[in-house]
Amino acid sequence: MKVDVLGCAVRAPGFPDWPTARRVLTGGAQYDRDAVRARAASVALPANEQRRLPATARDALGVGAEALADARIDDARDIATVFASCGSDGEITHQICEALARTPPQMSPTRFHNSVHNAPGGYWSIAFRSHAPSTSLCAFEASFSSALLEAAAQVATEQRRVLLVVYDLPYPAPLSSLWNVTMPFCVGIVLAPHESAHRAIEIEMAGERHEASWPEGVPSELRTNPAAASLPLLALVASGRPGRVVLPHAGENAVLVSRA
Amino acid sequence: MRAHFRHMTVTSALGRGCDAMLRALREHRGALARNAFAGEHYDTWTGVVEKLDGVALPIGMERFDCRSNRLMELALLQDGFADAVLATREKHGAHRIGLYVGTSSAGILEVELGYRVRNDQVRALPDGLRYREAMNLFSPAAYIAERFRLSGPMAVVSSACSSSAKAFASALRAMRAGLCDAAIVGGVETLCLTTLHGFASLELLSRAPCRPCDAGRDGISLGEAAGFVLLTRDAGDAVVALAGYGESSDAHHLSTPHPEGAGAAMAMRAALQMAGMQAGDVDYVNLHGTATRTNDVAEDAAIRAVLGNAVPRSATKAWMGHTLGAAGLVEAVITALAIRHGFIPGTLNCSTVDPAIHGNVERAGRAAPVRAALTNSFGFGGSNCTLALQAVR
Repeated sequence: MKVDVLGCAVRAPGFPDWPTARRVLTGGAQYDRDAVRARAASVALPANEQRRLPATARDALGVGAEALADARIDDARDIATVFASCGSDGEITHQICEALARTPPQMSPTRFHNSVHNAPGGYWSIAFRSHAPSTSLCAFEASFSSALLEAAAQVATEQRRVLLVVYDLPYPAPLSSLWNVTMPFCVGIVLAPHESAHRAIEIEMAGERHEASWPEGVPSELRTNPAAASLPLLALVASGRPGRVVLPHAGENAVLVSRA
Repeated sequence: MRAHFRHMTVTSALGRGCDAMLRALREHRGALARNAFAGEHYDTWTGVVEKLDGVALPIGMERFDCRSNRLMELALLQDGFADAVLATREKHGAHRIGLYVGTSSAGILEVELGYRVRNDQVRALPDGLRYREAMNLFSPAAYIAERFRLSGPMAVVSSACSSSAKAFASALRAMRAGLCDAAIVGGVETLCLTTLHGFASLELLSRAPCRPCDAGRDGISLGEAAGFVLLTRDAGDAVVALAGYGESSDAHHLSTPHPEGAGAAMAMRAALQMAGMQAGDVDYVNLHGTATRTNDVAEDAAIRAVLGNAVPRSATKAWMGHTLGAAGLVEAVITALAIRHGFIPGTLNCSTVDPAIHGNVERAGRAAPVRAALTNSFGFGGSNCTLALQAVR
């Protein structure tokens, strides 16, 4: 599938924003774990929704909005969205499970509706008044490559622009004993039907297992976060040069992304 | 390109496999019972799948053991589905089969029960919990992938009650984009504390068996189900095809549908357009039909805007309960059975149609040819999905 990359955004320790990430990923600056940004861009929501927004949704919406800005898209209403995450919102899961373990069990209606995996997609549609389709996926370690395939398939078969946002935040204790991601990562990429050779990437499945790429100088601790599997692709886009990277997928397979 | 329903199966409170469901639909006999799941805290009716505790996963797969994967295993063994997957893998190769499973809760029950073991002294979760295999949202797809050694494009699609309808959309897209030659679409949902207490907290649980479209309806009944459809490019002996899908967002509220069903209408129009159907082609609509006061009237308004009031429609959730992330799959199979066997299902427990609902709600069910049909699924987050199914010949 050949699609154009219109814009990118990222927020993670050492990658506080896309311009910094671009410098680090092209060797123009050293990776610095302490380079952080307190919050992603804030997104305008009605007061009720703003107050209720879970941490993952705040990140996902903010980084998504930054990716649209990088793509110079002002009106998000006809942009389809694909959100993906391995762990959903651990804080909400923790609060719900604690309250359900009480006698008698308790539940907050707001927490319940915030617990759905597509909460960021729902809040996005409200914030941007978008009736466009929104898909929410989970594929554990392959969450990024699966979401990339889904987004590219939407672009290729439906001829529309798609915003892809993949995020995971560390789990709080005691959930962290089940799944120990130590560094947060959130990435946003805007894909569009192919028009420009300069922006095009080709996405395909390898059909067999390949060793996944990893950019030089980036600590491997980040690899535990499934969203950080986007880094080789971000490095390829940042380089502006021909190349090919391998993204991990489930089973005996991999996703190959190349630039001519 | 259409995708053909080459094999399908559903297991729910109605029983194991398609025949059990078909019989219950024809005999107008539901399976909801006073809830006994997880103790005495819930005054509601549910559709529980019996004897799941006795289901053993295949040797070597034990680490995936949890209620939702047991239900998946039980479902796989019906209607020859597991054998069909093996034959398809043989034909196309493990990396050319897509796998898209819709669920809203997967193995979250295991996490909930883990928290119940904690106390003031012991703050840690018990040892031996298997997060990737038995708890995480991806666990049902991880189970199927491992059981059949699949390595094609795969994902769990999770958007509350539209999840497994949207899994069909993702599967058809992957086939159209050339990522795979065939696709397994799955749906699974088992009861858990989060959904029981969650819907109770929103005052959406009925205290009686749910009554979709009825004037006296007072909310949903929850249910459990797992099911699968094997989609292929070539028709073979298939009699039903997925001809199109439509997806939209309400952009209205996280847990309340748009009052005029604006997003629902967009999803139906998009499905018709992709399928190359006109409104007049539609012989039957399987409603989302949850039996909440807001859903059923909003959906009625949406259908009126797109198809008018005359087209026969019914809500089938009173048979086995609202199976949330699996509901889109269950109702796609019901709609496929309606096409295959030439009947329009009724609407169980609807004795007096709400006067605020103007559409032609089929209450009793009857024999009638069904050439083309829509099935609606709407979820929290304002996530809407309509599937357009067609007779192959």
